[in-house]
Amino acid sequence: MKTIFDRPPREGVGGLFPEPDVPTRDLEDLIDRTLLRVDSPRIPNLSEPTVARHYTALSKLNYGVDDGLYPLGSCTMKHNPKVNEDLSRLPGLTGVHPHADAGLAQGTLALLYELSELLGGIAGLPGVSLQPVAGAHGELTGMFLFKRYFEGRAEPARRRILLPDSAHGTNPASAAVAGFSVTEIPSNDAGMVDLAALDAALDETVAGIMLTVPNTLGIFEEGILEVTGKVHAAGGLCYFDGANLNAFLGRARPGDMGADVFHFNLHKTLSTPHGGGGPGSGPIAVSDALVDFLPVPSIERDDGRYVLGWDRPRSIGSVHSFYGNVLVAVKAYAYLLQLGDEGLRAVSEDAVLNANYLQERLKRTYVLPYDRLCKHEFVLSGKGLAEGISTLDVAKRLIDYGLHPPTIYFPLIVREALMIEPTETEGKEDLDRFVDAMERIAAEARERPELLREAPHRAPVRRLDQTRAARDPVLTYPFDERAEG
Amino acid sequence: MRYLPHSAADRREMLAAIGLSSVDELFADIPRAVSEAFRLLGLSPRSEQEVVAELTGLAARNRAPEKICFAGGGIYDHYVPSLVGHVLSRSEFYTAYTPYQPEVSQGTLTAMFEFQTLVCELTGMDAANASLYDGATALAEAVLMAERVRSRGRVAVARSLFANVRRVLDTYCWASGIEVVEVPHLPSGRCDLSDVPEDVSAVVLQSPNAFGVIESLEGVKDRIGDALLVVSVHPISLGVLAPPGEFGTDAVVGEGQPLGLPMSFGGPLLGLFATRKEHLRQMPGRVSGRTVDAEGKTGYTMAAQTREQHIRRERATSNICTNSALCALAATAYVASVGADGLRRVAELNVEKAHYLADRIAGIDGFDFPFSGPFFNEFVVRVPGDANDLHRELLEAGYLVESPDSLRVYGVENGLRVAVTERRTRKELDRLVEALGGSR
Repeated sequence: MKTIFDRPPREGVGGLFPEPDVPTRDLEDLIDRTLLRVDSPRIPNLSEPTVARHYTALSKLNYGVDDGLYPLGSCTMKHNPKVNEDLSRLPGLTGVHPHADAGLAQGTLALLYELSELLGGIAGLPGVSLQPVAGAHGELTGMFLFKRYFEGRAEPARRRILLPDSAHGTNPASAAVAGFSVTEIPSNDAGMVDLAALDAALDETVAGIMLTVPNTLGIFEEGILEVTGKVHAAGGLCYFDGANLNAFLGRARPGDMGADVFHFNLHKTLSTPHGGGGPGSGPIAVSDALVDFLPVPSIERDDGRYVLGWDRPRSIGSVHSFYGNVLVAVKAYAYLLQLGDEGLRAVSEDAVLNANYLQERLKRTYVLPYDRLCKHEFVLSGKGLAEGISTLDVAKRLIDYGLHPPTIYFPLIVREALMIEPTETEGKEDLDRFVDAMERIAAEARERPELLREAPHRAPVRRLDQTRAARDPVLTYPFDERAEG
Repeated sequence: MRYLPHSAADRREMLAAIGLSSVDELFADIPRAVSEAFRLLGLSPRSEQEVVAELTGLAARNRAPEKICFAGGGIYDHYVPSLVGHVLSRSEFYTAYTPYQPEVSQGTLTAMFEFQTLVCELTGMDAANASLYDGATALAEAVLMAERVRSRGRVAVARSLFANVRRVLDTYCWASGIEVVEVPHLPSGRCDLSDVPEDVSAVVLQSPNAFGVIESLEGVKDRIGDALLVVSVHPISLGVLAPPGEFGTDAVVGEGQPLGLPMSFGGPLLGLFATRKEHLRQMPGRVSGRTVDAEGKTGYTMAAQTREQHIRRERATSNICTNSALCALAATAYVASVGADGLRRVAELNVEKAHYLADRIAGIDGFDFPFSGPFFNEFVVRVPGDANDLHRELLEAGYLVESPDSLRVYGVENGLRVAVTERRTRKELDRLVEALGGSR
């Protein structure tokens, strides 16, 4: 893969910026010489056609949702509506400086306020902050709120966070960054929180629990009310990771399940694109107990005007430079307006229908460790397909069939996991094509295993050496190599 | 609903295949008490056309875009070349996930690798990550990294950080039990390093700082013992200013918005993070690394993942997962479009225009400059009379300047912070001077 640094360093350039229209002076007359750069950065000067072709060529090496099925479990890779992209580029929205007075940003503030109201309604919780810009950022903010809550109650001993062993890896990391220690709670045979183990872990050092509903096996925690009830009774708080909201949108609310904090992933459930790894948005909704601690500024309505609220003396402070990822919020708001209540319910219905359909068809060929009704996703195991064949081989072979692989090796409690989330925006034909490919791959695993082990064969590159990238990291362009070569 | 491809017949057929007779059976595992408590939003679905009308109307209620922008404070009204938007519109880029499957993500991974290289070239550092959320969280992450390296439980932070950045840093430090010691500033506006405590994990500076003043990094590293030096920068300023890496800086962070992102009321933004080789294993965030495929061909993959939460869980260097990948792509396309020469050009235009305006304001009676240090594209001016009144008058006259409140936290009364980018024309600068009471 060529990078821009492999291009000839000098082409026809210029013309982007106007000639100075103010009297020019020597830079050294304005800024002391010792503060100025001596060597130019090694960045090539390229013509527009070169740059345009370079990034178009790079884009063609990528696979996005517009290219086909993208069944990454826990990632909710649904279609990203085109109109949302257009709306987020409206100059009236992009041209607002964040230090502009609230009076000059009434349109954006109204939108953010209304979105917050809708998110609060979906969560069934009274307080919302749009500041967190990713799921893990929402988790971290939630953990900050836990911390402040126990500070306020003078219960400094509550420093432990309970986590089911099926939790997303960000959960323990977020708890740790906020200064908590982590206690893992095992799952029972049905893939749910083991209530006896929960009882044993609960004491006055527990700050709370982080749950994912449905959990990462795609199983709805049937005892959810018991779990949250026990934690609350022990004086703890309940955090809900909202990565899997697509499973019950329009049918149930985390607030009614005992959540004290619930984070949304607008870039999962509410259709905003992932962008190859962000920008996302991870707003949080909170229970009455935590409203006072939410980040500043809040967005409030006062006599028909929208204002920024700074008067929250018990707030944790801020977690973002400004008000969160505003343009992502714009897309989510447009999506919600289009869906309405019936659309939200239709989304979860088809998401769950699609997952169960795939699960039912694929369990004939692959091991299904937890064989029961699933929600929006389910987990298979690639174990036992054929001697010497791993889940990684199956995933790479799927690429040859023109499909994106599922999430692999997660959750950690299933060996050789294949975590599959089709989302509601896949039609039956696409689902059948996926089943067909998975069945063929299972047959190939027995009959022509080298096809899997050497896969992918039809990608822009063959299987990449990850170990080498980890052992001897090359993280920037090796200019010296070019000079020598 | 047009985002759902199934026909009624498809749904019946699929339910039959599962062995169910109704969709409701799919949700039988949700406890009855939870289902019964459910409440609708009271939201009727709307057509695409209606939603476009609604949001276009909201956008039109924003008056800020009509004003001539002299606001700064971390976010600037820079010109974005057309090419950037076109690159971002490629749905192969924007509809992709984090590149967990590198063989079908070479576009994203190559661009991330380019981005890391560009950040290192600009900052003079050895390694950069593929982005963090914004400049504020990038700074907080740098402080957490310094604390992992030195474990002193204390950091020294220049008072001249942007107030919103400081607020985020304070939140992260409070949660981690890190004490923040404030470093005051000199009359020049530069921070006063004469009395920095020795037992700190990091010394944190911003340059140009909240007064627009460029800090001198020469010799700083020698004066702070083995504390890590963390510097927050404006990336375009590095088109002309010496890269902090030349002065032994341990971590360079910054807000990447000036590199091709619109202001968008402050989000999405782009956190820049670069460090020295010796701290690589403590660096937070995703990185793309070069490797080879089974046939020896060069390719890219996510590297150094053993630092990350999906492997290391509570022992990870950070909890960050999704970052600002598409914004990093925008910055990469921006820098590729302007090139080294263009970066220098645009930085020079900022310096020249900002100094032209400052010189003209200096000629107006009653205006003076509380800080004498050198500046890049932003400066503080003290105004005669009540700055709040003047601020309001400027708004009415069509000029967007930050509220004087933004400077009160530093004890600067009746001051205005004025930012000038390459987008401002001489005519606009002259008219602002006139609005301030000077001659045209």
